[in-house]
Amino acid sequence: MSDAQPAGGAVDPKLLEILVCPVTKGPLRYDREKGELISERAGLAYPIRDGIPIMLPDEARKLAD
Amino acid sequence: MSDPVQVFDRRLVRLRRDRAASTIDRVAPVLEDVADRLLDRLDDTTHRFTRALDLGGRGIVAPRLAARGIPFVVSADLGPRMAARAGGLPVAADEEWLPFAEGAFDLVVAAFSLHWVNDLPGALVQIRRALAPDGLFLAALPGLPTLQELRGALAEAESEIRGGLAPRVSPFPELRDGAALLQRAGFALPVADAEDIDLRYRTPLGLIADLRAAGETSAVLARDARTPPRDLFPLAAARLAGSDAGIPATFRLLVLTGWSPSATQSRPARPGSATARLADALGTVERSAGEKTGH
Repeated sequence: MSDAQPAGGAVDPKLLEILVCPVTKGPLRYDREKGELISERAGLAYPIRDGIPIMLPDEARKLAD
Repeated sequence: MSDPVQVFDRRLVRLRRDRAASTIDRVAPVLEDVADRLLDRLDDTTHRFTRALDLGGRGIVAPRLAARGIPFVVSADLGPRMAARAGGLPVAADEEWLPFAEGAFDLVVAAFSLHWVNDLPGALVQIRRALAPDGLFLAALPGLPTLQELRGALAEAESEIRGGLAPRVSPFPELRDGAALLQRAGFALPVADAEDIDLRYRTPLGLIADLRAAGETSAVLARDARTPPRDLFPLAAARLAGSDAGIPATFRLLVLTGWSPSATQSRPARPGSATARLADALGTVERSAGEKTGH
């Protein structure tokens, strides 16, 4: 499992380090299984597609409460 | 957060940029010229940059930054497909909602991407926050009177056909707005200057085709969504009277530079902190204010 490509494609860890939620500027949690970057504070999950983090608020999935 | 006037349709801008990902090479010479002029400014400083953000560089800026020895370059674009071919580590991001941690970069380059932003002051503040202290921001954007010939020809043709007109060429900022915008966003040592690039097209349709290939056709919200009248472009084209030298397309490049504030930068001394008299330096007699010098 550990060798498998993460969902949404691999993202450079150095890039992941500097990404924040565009709405709250708060931290993001990387969900490798789903290929999403999750902003708990904004209640949004930003998708990763073809290794590209899509950090657009209107493309993000709303998290259920 | 304030809600600034919405001038541009950002969804449409994103669509246009993604669609242009496959045609952008057509206009590469113009973009390369802009990028070279902009990145020349890096030669004016002895700073070594190690973490750069390329905002909307369209595959022209990031490779040039890498060629200058910058080891870490992130390419952000509103369109994911455009980001993918930009050359740096790709991120789809909106200049109005930057997703980068405070102080993440020591250089931000925005070559021709900020002219479709609704909230330019807000975008500049976010760029300044993404810069570490003493980081440099370089931007190029088209300013007035860019495309004035096209704007004029379309307006004349349309009012002739319809008796009214819709905005078909984007509103551009003026040079005098530049430094004030940077200052308002908290940049130190702000500078705005302009360079004119003289483009000439053999045919008016060549100009329109290039704008389309660059993903730069109008995304103004108040644009007229109806199909333009069939005679509009031919009539406008006829008005863009070309000589043998071709059809002129004025292109004014506004170049903005600003630094993220840092204690090590030069700054004006505090009033009253002088240790020598100006009058002594000038070899003249000091007179108090209000005393007439004429008699």
